[in-house]
Amino acid sequence: MCIECGCGITPHDHDHSHSTRTIQLEEDILAKNNRYAAANREHFQQNGAFVLNLVSSPGSGKTTLLERTLRDLTERLQFAVLEGDQQTSNDADRIAATGVPVRQINTGAGCHLDAHMIGHGIETFDLPATDILMIENVGNLVCPAPFDLGEDHKVVVLSVTEGEDKPLKYPQMFQAASLMLVNKIDLLPYLQFDLEQCKGFARQVNPGIEILELSCQTGEGMAAWYDWLQRSVENKRDAAI
Amino acid sequence: MHELSLTQSLVEIAVDHARREKAQAILSITMEIGSLSGAIPEAVEFAFDVCTRGTLAEGARLEIRRIPGRGRCLECGEETGMDFTTFTCPHCGSFALETFQGKEMRLVELEVD
Repeated sequence: MCIECGCGITPHDHDHSHSTRTIQLEEDILAKNNRYAAANREHFQQNGAFVLNLVSSPGSGKTTLLERTLRDLTERLQFAVLEGDQQTSNDADRIAATGVPVRQINTGAGCHLDAHMIGHGIETFDLPATDILMIENVGNLVCPAPFDLGEDHKVVVLSVTEGEDKPLKYPQMFQAASLMLVNKIDLLPYLQFDLEQCKGFARQVNPGIEILELSCQTGEGMAAWYDWLQRSVENKRDAAI
Repeated sequence: MHELSLTQSLVEIAVDHARREKAQAILSITMEIGSLSGAIPEAVEFAFDVCTRGTLAEGARLEIRRIPGRGRCLECGEETGMDFTTFTCPHCGSFALETFQGKEMRLVELEVD
């Protein structure tokens, strides 16, 4: 449509010229996000910070996992946390109570974090002094999947109060994750949850995925998660040298 | 739902190109969405009117080319159609499938005035 006269709707005469032309392009819609993500990744690399993007459905226990992890590892590792939620600073308040630096990002109507938000979110953190930056994404197994934030790994949390077929229902997220944490295993005696079938489904959509089972309530299985974190931090430091 | 921010990016990229071409209006936008990209074409169409309002692309036609998923088996070399539930090669049963088409989400053509 011509912005001067709106033509294109009805044929008519006028005295200004039109020059309709076609421009061929090849532009990735996610290119802008990916550029921000690449800049974040480079920044994290230079500062030797290992970065995880925690994803799951709402209520899987991401914030509880963080609280317990931060409290248990406070002597061994320096953390910083970015909290993504549509509204409230409830999660950031819980993390702040552990003494770890935290920033809340409220996405408003948004259903995921993007790399630009992360770039601004980390501005106040002392990254060179940070071993691990934890990014808790908006609770959503769909929308955060295609958005690279510059993290080292996506970690998907699945609690046993959900269905064991979540990996089949939301394959894109489970394909994007390097590690799956099966949470709330202390509740297994009370549920009809087939743990082995769940792990089988996860490996079906992502043969390379690592899987750890744990309970943030009882602490069962947490040691293996802490070892995984410690090992990953050391690997990243070695790679940076 | 994330299609809203993807559509915003699409419109921003299109408007940038149109400005560079000193165009007065964008008449049509053609994009490709792969079936494995995680974006739903209908949701992009739904968001398009809102995202173009007040921009050079207001009133533009949106054409979406749907790209089917294709993969290749690293064991037997055969090609196969891929969707999110394709995990094994239908020819030899191997899990070693490599996707080479279907993750696209890109702007391919602009018609400007």
